[in-house]
Amino acid sequence: MTVRDLIPVLVLVGLAALLPLVVTASPVLNFLVFMLIVALGAQGWNILGGFGGQFSFGHAAFFGTGAYATAILQLRWGVNAWAGLAAAVAAGGAVGWAIGFLSFRSGLRGSYFALVTLAFAEVFRILANAAPLTGGAAGLLIGLDVRPANLQFADRAVFYWLVLGFVAAVLVLTRWIQRSRFGAQLVAVRENEDAAKALGVDSLRVKLRAIALSGAVTALAGGLYAQYFLYIDANIAYGGWISVELLLAPIIGGVGTVFGPVVGALTLHGLGEVAKQFAGRIPGIDLIVFGTVLVLAVAFARGGILGLLERLRDRGVGMLPPSAKSRTAKEVPNAGR
Amino acid sequence: MLVVDSVSKRFGGLMAVDGASLTVTPGSIIGLIGPNGAGKTTLFSMISGFIAPTDGGIRFEGADITAEEPHRRAARGIGRTFQIVQPFAGLTVCENIAVGAYLRHAKRADAIARARAVAQRVGLGPELDRPAGGLTVAGRKRLELARALATEPKLLLLDEVLAGLNPSEIRDIIPVIRGIRDEGVTILMIEHVMQAVMTLCEHVHVLAQGRMIAEGPPAAVCADARVIEAYLGHGAAARLAAEGAAHG
Repeated sequence: MTVRDLIPVLVLVGLAALLPLVVTASPVLNFLVFMLIVALGAQGWNILGGFGGQFSFGHAAFFGTGAYATAILQLRWGVNAWAGLAAAVAAGGAVGWAIGFLSFRSGLRGSYFALVTLAFAEVFRILANAAPLTGGAAGLLIGLDVRPANLQFADRAVFYWLVLGFVAAVLVLTRWIQRSRFGAQLVAVRENEDAAKALGVDSLRVKLRAIALSGAVTALAGGLYAQYFLYIDANIAYGGWISVELLLAPIIGGVGTVFGPVVGALTLHGLGEVAKQFAGRIPGIDLIVFGTVLVLAVAFARGGILGLLERLRDRGVGMLPPSAKSRTAKEVPNAGR
Repeated sequence: MLVVDSVSKRFGGLMAVDGASLTVTPGSIIGLIGPNGAGKTTLFSMISGFIAPTDGGIRFEGADITAEEPHRRAARGIGRTFQIVQPFAGLTVCENIAVGAYLRHAKRADAIARARAVAQRVGLGPELDRPAGGLTVAGRKRLELARALATEPKLLLLDEVLAGLNPSEIRDIIPVIRGIRDEGVTILMIEHVMQAVMTLCEHVHVLAQGRMIAEGPPAAVCADARVIEAYLGHGAAARLAAEGAAHG
């Protein structure tokens, strides 16, 4: 991977980093932080679902594990918040590996895998709702103690920059995956597992690496969520809402692309917020927007927003000489897929 | 280098392969022919590790690989193509081949370079950046071959790479296959196109109803009464001989 590969990431993240200097209103920053946390979790989903083609309906299992790991380590054992966040990442990876080991080893694919992940997330939710360790139904409240060492900041902008930094790091990680042997093998498994095996790809190992990475990234998002809002319960951390958010964002933005999850999260929450401004009195209007956008994306933009842009660009270059067209042709998603 | 020792595969009540044995010596092109449903592809799947034999054993370069996973066999140097082509449809031709090349080249630049070289070799050079899903049948067959070659196999299992091609395409690809062998890759091929079997193979095995019924040089095998009967039905060999005598 060269620096040139990273220029788009650096430019966009650089621009996003300037935002808090322009906008200082708390509600806007709150919105931006929440959106970035969703984007980060969605980036995790995208590693497994987008590149590996293993659609998980239960990424809340990782998000919640990250959130609870961060909170429990601080509250029960007095561990430093930063260390708790690191442990959350490790826990997410471990849970990912374990769920992957159980389901991939028994050959679960497609909708069966999706259902199993959903079941895992639900089991975790019910357990967290009952166990004393997780505070039961009352949830866990992380005490307010605003110090950078506690991962709590007086200025919301600092937290924004922190989450943005993590999003940027995962953008770089995703870009690396795209250009690496691991990524090529992961995509090969997505496209045709038997053909990949015949070419020497250890599909089980590749999928396990992907789900562990995916779980770790999504757990990081969960840990940051707990640390920003300072309160979690089972229905937040392991709730179905987050599983849906994490898979909607990449599907809307562009599944299996580097920027897809971020674009998707921005679009969904941007539109949802706009809808709330205009029709604030109708409860759940943002969910209606989510549903509408999903239907539109599935019906008209199978490659998500980025796929749609790609296609429009290709139509635009119709007048160019064939050599220029063949260069872009490789990025056209296959219609038969 | 490859020894298949009386392997059998039973699917429920159907004996797909029944005690079939064959030996492949290095540097040869061996043909595996037989009527439809004889169990040729099942035998290939057992050699490449996609189906576990019910009975019998498979050895490759002296090691028992009967229970080994497909990717391990690929790493040992057994490459295969699929009869029903299995391209990674969403990827470009180059990316498809690179997946195979990554087996021996961890770096992206090396794998891509290797993929490009292999593509040139099988005549896919001009298609490198096209999506694999958009290839013609002949192109997809070449892609199957290219991907398997990119893993740098010692033994290449070709499952009907010529099926579905027109005569001129077959003429084009035969020298490619011979060239692969001349570079030191041993080839075991399932083929229905007899013209290709006769020109390419030094030795042919005939599988019928799961059993090996004949083997030898292609010309001798084609004249074998048991082989004729397997293809054309009981009594066909005698009838052909009688007709031949009447006309001769």
